[in-house]
Amino acid sequence: MSETITHTHIKLPEGSIEKQTTTLNLGPTHPATHGVFQNILELDGERIVAAEQTIGYIHRAFEKLAERRPLYQITPLTDRLNYCSSPINNMGWHLTCEKLLGLKTPKRVDYLRVIIMELSRISDHLICNSIVGVDSGAYTGFLYVMQYRELIYEIYEEICGSRLTTNIGRIGGLERNFTAAAFEKIEKFLKEYPAVLKEFENLFMRNRIFMERTIGAGPITAERALNYGFTGPNLRAAGVDYDVRVHSPYSSYEDFDFNIPVGTTGDCYDRFLVRNQEMWQSLRILEQAYKKVQEFKGAEAEVFHADVPEYYLPEKKDVYTKMEALIWHFKIIMGEIDIPKGELYFPIEGANGELGFYLISDGGRTPYRLHFRRPCFVYYQAYEELVKGGMLADAVIVMSSLNLIAGEMDA
Amino acid sequence: MALTNDIIQQQLQAKFGDQVSNFAESYGMLSFEVPKELNLKVLQFLYDDAELQFRFLTDLQAVHYPNQVGRELAVVYHLHNMVDNVRLRFKVFTDIQKPDVYSATALYASANWMERETYDFFGVNFVGHPNLKRILNVEEMDYFPLRKEYPLEDQSRIDKDDEMFGRG
Repeated sequence: MSETITHTHIKLPEGSIEKQTTTLNLGPTHPATHGVFQNILELDGERIVAAEQTIGYIHRAFEKLAERRPLYQITPLTDRLNYCSSPINNMGWHLTCEKLLGLKTPKRVDYLRVIIMELSRISDHLICNSIVGVDSGAYTGFLYVMQYRELIYEIYEEICGSRLTTNIGRIGGLERNFTAAAFEKIEKFLKEYPAVLKEFENLFMRNRIFMERTIGAGPITAERALNYGFTGPNLRAAGVDYDVRVHSPYSSYEDFDFNIPVGTTGDCYDRFLVRNQEMWQSLRILEQAYKKVQEFKGAEAEVFHADVPEYYLPEKKDVYTKMEALIWHFKIIMGEIDIPKGELYFPIEGANGELGFYLISDGGRTPYRLHFRRPCFVYYQAYEELVKGGMLADAVIVMSSLNLIAGEMDA
Repeated sequence: MALTNDIIQQQLQAKFGDQVSNFAESYGMLSFEVPKELNLKVLQFLYDDAELQFRFLTDLQAVHYPNQVGRELAVVYHLHNMVDNVRLRFKVFTDIQKPDVYSATALYASANWMERETYDFFGVNFVGHPNLKRILNVEEMDYFPLRKEYPLEDQSRIDKDDEMFGRG
């Protein structure tokens, strides 16, 4: 601020002070945000001096809506939280309900659910990691792996009929057994995917350009990450080996053998590596689960739900021919079942962190209060600390490597 | 020695006496109630104590109980001890006419947005919060939508019997 500039092209109003920094809006509809949220960056040249995040552009009042819905109608709401891995959210919700009701699901159901959850974890990490590639200038990886996300979506389609917002499973089990085609596709995935993941890894892991773009970008220490409420791969990249699947196992995760990969610096490169390694671990779990499912023979191989007539819809052929089944069908569909009183918090390991359901039931037919602990809502507030002092180009890559999903943030 | 809910309860009672109350255990999780003036002291004690080490704020939100006069709003804290892998929950009740609760932002950076969300939907005024404004709803909004006095559907509808849909 040595001299006052006398010749400016922009006519400022009388009495205004010359601004020394530039304000840049990254979002809400910017290609780099991959979702609807806004970052207002204050730039000094190309360096970021301050950042502010605005979210809530796609807030849909799920918590309020849930207060008027019977339990089974809340599942489609959870689809729309983290829509890159909606089966995990669906399963989390079903497990929460089952815990409230004190239900125990058969082992085969647990294993089938593990298959679905690990497939969606892979597809979520795949998107996140390949988008980090896109944002650092490498488009090929993204296009290459899309083919296998498509295969995962085809598996969902075989299981439940839909692809993105899946509404998969029911309280007490799954809506139908896996078809032979579903198993074939899972087998195909297990056979072909390791080679693809290896090649994807080769594209990025020791790639000079990629390493220089990501190493040291948006680092966070373990203490700060915990203080900011980080969970999932982002926390593990900072060096904390916390994984809900291991610490409070659900859906029989204790039967599986896998490792928790951790990083050290918590920067974009470590987050990439942790996600990448988690895909290998998910593959391990998938293989074990697939083997375990194949071991069920005879009548056991037909089990795909628990016996809970109050919550699990009766078979259609019974509904048409039996009075009791018809009554149950109507009672469930109309939401006329009273939920037991209770209050619980149930966490699961979502693809980007600890997804928690805080459910209070007062004995009515709908929850009294339902709160979703959405992992990326909690950790997105650290964004300013992650990018401050960095370059503008890093801000973009930090955003994509945090795996921010607008639907989950805004609920 | 593994940390159990009994030990946590004893420690809290030794420190705060009768002020922490209503200890209960539901689905394995310890829950209790704290007067609203003490919320930060309890959080700090749980954080600092060498045995308890509740250093992770999992969740913070509110619940509205319109029938409890004088203590309509409950702010609920979920804490996690990651060393012993124990969780707990405690509630702070406040009058809806004067919903002032001390902010936990100085202790937990993660509380910032969680408290903004709670303010946005329930109108809990977090005293000491650096930037308490709406987060998911539009700033012009002049009510707190998750309070129970705002029903989800237009109440003037007469073609629907509310009793049939759970809540009258």
